[in-house]
Amino acid sequence: MSLKTRVSAYTLTVALFCSTGAMAQQMKAEVLHWWTSAGESASVKVFADQFTKAGGTWVDNAIAGGANARTAGINRMVGGNPPTMMQFNTGKQFDELVSNDMVRDVDALSKSGKWRELMPKPIVDATVREGKFFAVPVNIHGQNWMFYNTKVFADAGLEVPKTFPELVATGEKLKAKGIIPIALGGQPNWEHNLFRAVLVGHGGADMFRKLYGARDPQITKDPKFKESVELFGKMRALVDPGSPGRNWNDATALVITNKAAMHFNGDWAKGEFIAAGQTAGKEYGCTVVGQEPKLQIGGDVFVFPATKDKNQLAIQDKLIEVLLDPTTQIEFNKKKGSIPVRMDVDVSSMDVCAQKSHAILSDPSNQVESMEILSTPNFSGAMQDAVTQYWNNANMSADAFMEKVTNAMRDAT
Amino acid sequence: METISIRAPSVTPSGTKTRRSVRTRLPAAIALLPTALIVLVVFIGCMLWTVRLSFTSSTLLPKLDWVGFAQYSRLFANDRFVTSAENIVIFGVLFIAGCLIIGFLLAVFIDQNVRGEGLFRTVFLYPYSMSFVVTGVAWQWFLNPGLGLQKLVRDMGFESFTFDWLVNQKMAIYTIVIAGLWHGSGLTMAILLAGLRGIDKDLWKAAKVDGIPTWRVYTSVVIPLLRPMIVTAVVLLATGVVKLYDLVVAMTLGGPGIATEVPAKFVMDHLFERNNIALGTAAATMMLITVVIILAPWVYIRYIRQDGRHA
Repeated sequence: MSLKTRVSAYTLTVALFCSTGAMAQQMKAEVLHWWTSAGESASVKVFADQFTKAGGTWVDNAIAGGANARTAGINRMVGGNPPTMMQFNTGKQFDELVSNDMVRDVDALSKSGKWRELMPKPIVDATVREGKFFAVPVNIHGQNWMFYNTKVFADAGLEVPKTFPELVATGEKLKAKGIIPIALGGQPNWEHNLFRAVLVGHGGADMFRKLYGARDPQITKDPKFKESVELFGKMRALVDPGSPGRNWNDATALVITNKAAMHFNGDWAKGEFIAAGQTAGKEYGCTVVGQEPKLQIGGDVFVFPATKDKNQLAIQDKLIEVLLDPTTQIEFNKKKGSIPVRMDVDVSSMDVCAQKSHAILSDPSNQVESMEILSTPNFSGAMQDAVTQYWNNANMSADAFMEKVTNAMRDAT
Repeated sequence: METISIRAPSVTPSGTKTRRSVRTRLPAAIALLPTALIVLVVFIGCMLWTVRLSFTSSTLLPKLDWVGFAQYSRLFANDRFVTSAENIVIFGVLFIAGCLIIGFLLAVFIDQNVRGEGLFRTVFLYPYSMSFVVTGVAWQWFLNPGLGLQKLVRDMGFESFTFDWLVNQKMAIYTIVIAGLWHGSGLTMAILLAGLRGIDKDLWKAAKVDGIPTWRVYTSVVIPLLRPMIVTAVVLLATGVVKLYDLVVAMTLGGPGIATEVPAKFVMDHLFERNNIALGTAAATMMLITVVIILAPWVYIRYIRQDGRHA
C-alpha cells in the first residue's frame, strides 16, 4: 500500500514536471510589433515581463517602422505562418484581415472582461467589426495635445491660449518678441496633424467626423470649415523658416530648450520631455486647444491570427489576460506615454498630463475618433497631400484648398 | 581637317564557335536553367503581375477584378503624380548631364599627372561609397538655413546672405540634384578616367605635331573615343534616376509640400502606407513604360540596326 502510494506520488511528480516542462515550451508566444524606440521598447518590455511571470515565453519580433512591420506580418499571415499576436493601430488597418477571416474573433473574452463597459466608445467601435471584437485595445493616445513651455509664456507675460483665434493673436505677439511661436516638424504627416488639431478644436467634433468619416462634400460650404482652414493658413506665419523637413522630435526639442513656445503633437511627445529631465506641469504644460477640449483618440491594438490549434488558442487567451491586467496597464502606459484603455483603473500614480487626459475622456462627448479610426489610409493620404500643399504655399487660398479636399473625397478609395 | 576615325581592334567571331556540338552545350544549358527560370518567373512574372494589378481595384490585398483604366485616370488627375513626373525629368536631365560634365572635368584634371593623384581619386570617388540615406541626411543638415551653409556665412558677417533652396518650394528639387551630383560625379570620373588612360599616347603626339589646340583634341578626338565609357556611365546614372527614392526620403521627405516628390516614392507610399495597391502599381507601370520608351530606340540602334548593317 505504502509502496503503491509512493510510486504514484513519484509518477505524479514526474508527470507534473513533464507537463510543466511541456507547458513552458508550449506557452511560447511570438509577438510582432514596431515599438523600437527607447521608450517604446521599455513599454513593450512590461508586457513581456508580465507574460513571463504568468509562465509564458515571450519571443519578441520587433520590426522598425509601422508600415514595414504590418507588411511583414500580413505577408506571414497570408503565407500561413503567422505570429501569435501582432500589433496594429486602432482603426481600419486590419479591416481586410477581418473580412478575409485571417484574425481571431475574441468576442467571448470581451464579454467576460466587460470591455464594452470599460473602454471608451470610439475605441470599442474601432475594434468591433460586425458586432464582434476582433482585436484587443491596449492603450489610448491623444493626438491633438498642445505642449507649451511655461517659462517662455511667463517671461513674455502672456496667457496660454485657449482657442485657436486666441492662439494666432498670442503667436504674433510671441513672434514680435523673437520667440518661435509654434515648433513644427515640417513633414507632411505633422502638418496634417496640426490641421486636424485646428479642425477639431475650432470646427468641432461633428465637422471632424463629417470630413474624415462621412466624407461629406457639403462641409466645404460650412463657414466654420472655411474659418478653420483660414486659421490654419494664418499659422503658417507662426513657424520658423527651418521647419520644412524637420523631424518631430527636433521640433519638440525647440520647446524643451526655450526656443519655441508651443508644439502640437500626440502624447508620445512626452517621452522627449521626460528624456530631457523635465516634469509635466513644471517646465512644460499640456492642454487641448478649442472651445471644448475635444481629444482625438487612437491607440494600439493587438490582433490574434486565426488558428485551430488548441494550444495556440490557450496562449492567445493568456496573452489577452496579461495585456488587460490593471497593473500591466498602468505600468505599460506610464512608459508609453498613453493612458490605460480601461477607464476603471486608478491613474493617480501617473503624471498630470495623463491625469488630464483621463479626466477629459471621462466625459464621452469629448471623445473623438482619430483619423486612423474614421478614414481609410488612402483618403488620409490624399488629405495629407492636400494639406501639405496648402501649408507650404502661402499664396494658396482657402478656396483652392477646399477644392483639393473635394477632389480627394471623390477620388480616394 | 580630316576626321580621325579609330576603331577598336574588333574580335572577329571565330569559326570554331559555330561547330560546337549539342553535347557541349547541354551542360551549359542546364547550368543556365535556374537563372532563366528566375528571369522568367521573378522578373517577367512580377512585371506582368504588377501590370495586371494596375487594372484592378485592389487596396490592402490584391484582388483580381477588372476596372479598366480607372486607376490611370485617377493617376493623371493626381497633382502629386504629375509633380513627381516633372521632378524626375528635371532631376534626370540635370543629374546625368551634370555628372558627365563634372566627372569629365575631374577625369581630365586627374589625367594631367597631378601630384597626389591617388588621394584626389579617393576623395572624388568617396561620396559614391556613401548610401543615399547618409548623403541625404548630410546635405539636409548642410543646406538647412538654420544650421548649415546659410548660418555659417551669416555668422561670418554677411547678414543678408540667403540660401534657402531646401525649404523653398520652387528650388528644393535642385538641392536634390546637388546632392545627387556630389554622390554620382566621382563614379563618372572613375569610368571616364579609365577611358582616358586607354587612349593611345601616339594620338596626342600626332595632334601636337599637327598643332591642334588641346581643347580641340578633347572635343573632337577624345570624347568620340570615350563613347563606350560615356554610354556605360549614362546607363548606370539612369538607373539611379529611375529608382531615386532614398535620397528624397532622407533629405526632404518629398517636401516642402509636394515639391520634391518622385514617382518611386509615390509607388512606395501607395503600396505600403496607403493600402492602395492598384494606384501604386498603375504608377509603377507608368514608370516601366517610360523606361521602355526611352530604352527602345537605343536598343534598336545598338543591337538591331547594327546587326542588320553587318549582315
